[in-house]
Amino acid sequence: MLGITPWPVASALLWIILIVAALYLVRGTVHKTIQAAAQALHRSFKIASRALSRSEKRLEARNRDVLLAAGREAKERIIEREFDRINETVRKDLANYSALHRSLSESIGRIEKDHQEAVDVPPDPPGWVKAVEAVAGMDAKEGRAHVGSILSDIHKSLLKAHREAMAAYHAASARRHKLLRHMRPDWRRIQQTLTQVGKNVDSLLGRSVTIDRLMQEYEDIVRGQDRAVSVLSSSSLVNFFVSAFVLCIAIGGATINFSLIARPMAEMVGGTNLIGNFRTADIAALVIILVEISMGLFLMESLRITRLFPVIGALPDKTRVRMIWITFSILFLLASVEAGLAYMREVLLHDELATSALLRGDAAGAATATGEYLWITTAAQMGMGFILPFALTFVAIPLETFVHSLRTVVGLLAISFIRTAALALRLLGNLSLYLGLLLKQVYDIPLFVPLWLEERMAAAADSHRHDDSLGRVR
Amino acid sequence: MKEVVLIVAIAMLVSCSVDSTPTNTGVYMLLDTSGTYRDELTKAEQIIRYTLSRLDAADSFAVARIDTGSFSEKDIVAKVSFDDRPSATNRQKRLFAEQVSEFVESADPSPYTDITGGLLQAVEFLNEKGTGKKTILIFSDLKEDLEEGYIRDIEVELAGFEVIALNVTKLRSDNVDPREYLGRLEEWRGRVEKTGGEWRVINDLDGLEGLL
Repeated sequence: MLGITPWPVASALLWIILIVAALYLVRGTVHKTIQAAAQALHRSFKIASRALSRSEKRLEARNRDVLLAAGREAKERIIEREFDRINETVRKDLANYSALHRSLSESIGRIEKDHQEAVDVPPDPPGWVKAVEAVAGMDAKEGRAHVGSILSDIHKSLLKAHREAMAAYHAASARRHKLLRHMRPDWRRIQQTLTQVGKNVDSLLGRSVTIDRLMQEYEDIVRGQDRAVSVLSSSSLVNFFVSAFVLCIAIGGATINFSLIARPMAEMVGGTNLIGNFRTADIAALVIILVEISMGLFLMESLRITRLFPVIGALPDKTRVRMIWITFSILFLLASVEAGLAYMREVLLHDELATSALLRGDAAGAATATGEYLWITTAAQMGMGFILPFALTFVAIPLETFVHSLRTVVGLLAISFIRTAALALRLLGNLSLYLGLLLKQVYDIPLFVPLWLEERMAAAADSHRHDDSLGRVR
Repeated sequence: MKEVVLIVAIAMLVSCSVDSTPTNTGVYMLLDTSGTYRDELTKAEQIIRYTLSRLDAADSFAVARIDTGSFSEKDIVAKVSFDDRPSATNRQKRLFAEQVSEFVESADPSPYTDITGGLLQAVEFLNEKGTGKKTILIFSDLKEDLEEGYIRDIEVELAGFEVIALNVTKLRSDNVDPREYLGRLEEWRGRVEKTGGEWRVINDLDGLEGLL
């Protein structure tokens, strides 16, 4: 069919010429088609990339909002607790303030009283002053003869008065010193009271500094500053990894708990019943553990340690306290059930060991299977069975942190993914553009002969046109 | 909400009904008590204890003697279907082991050996129990010796059964002509595999790990 001439080579050459000629004729159209397809792909990828970039920005904004909201909430909680502490300190100290004031007033009153009493009282005027006045008022004629005796009396009186005055002075000084000594404990009490007041004031000042710092951070968050977002983002990542680590530990604890109660559960629900592909006993054990974890969550929520369920936190205090007691009671009962099951597990294990030893014909083994020290493992298992449910209660705290930080981490991951996808689409767009160019070049490869001829002819025409224009100029 | 509950209920029902094939095991062990083979019963007791240790809740186990006419419930020495609860299972195992011990101590030698009758009884017992896996253990030299009048040229339907011959001892005549022994084994293999059963021989009783 391909043989259009009797000579195959000639036919082949003829075909090649025809094909090349046909390709050359449709070259322009094909180039345009390739160009259009490449452009279309480029634009599509570009539009998709832009759409993803816009989504990324929206997600980033949403993530930022979520982060700021979470940070604001956390900061509010911390500030609230700080205020609670201040309130507690102020309430405690102000409640004692009246007693403190009374104590200080009493001490000061006592000191004043003692001080009043300790004032240096001026001694009474001596008795001989009157005698001197009497001597001075005496008629010269009448009394001269008795002047000597009078003076002698005065001298005596003077000595006596001096002695009495000195004694009174000593007594008064002693009393003053005694009073001043009494004032000493009051001074000390006042000093101690004032020191305590100083400490309380210092503590309040310290807390006020902390609150100032927290308020500053809070304001940064409210204003949506980049620094605050960056700090919150890194702290969210740290929280995510730490809480994930603690949750892994909790899962380990739950697994041990499961192995403690799954075996004896077979005694209650049978060892061969299946739900789906799982043993009913295993499912029952798992359900017990999950119920315990749920009760732990509710307990933590009722205690307002976590805030996973706002409904519980918003309950009236009376209902909340009731809920605390109810969840704690259920948890206690389940822990007791677990302790019982752990005991049962040990009993079953001993029974099984004894049976195995008997079947092996090992009478000694059958006897030692119930040895005297086995109560230690029994007690340990019972203890674990009782304690683990309460320990699992605290899973609520890392779980809350994990859930909150997960939103941020998922947002960050989604942003990274979208950014990568947008970049890939942009690259694909550019690639399609260059692929169009490449295809055009590849298309031209078999047309090198006509293209070369075309180029030559164009060059010849150009030079001819050039010569003509030069001739016209001349 | 109702739709969700309905979907969950249906999913649970479907998951429960997906795999309804029983997964438990049924074992029927035939003990040859004829002639000198009666002395081998202490070995059989070991195998029974080992088998008991490998069985679990909901499994079934029966031990029967092979005597002149073995197609009879009277030849069942001990039988048990283990309880769901592990503690009850342990008690049943101990009781079973005691019953077997008493039988081994007091078993009388039988003049004839009706293995086919025992095999028929085993198939009947295990089919009745409806266990997922069915194993018949034959503790015998496989030399069938029927009393006159007993008809045993019957094809036993053994599809889905695994028949394991244990401790197939060589008779004096086998030593003279080993072809007798090999022929005996081959004959039993043929009978079992012909009706769709699986056949195995375990003579080394120290290596019972692959028994069940």
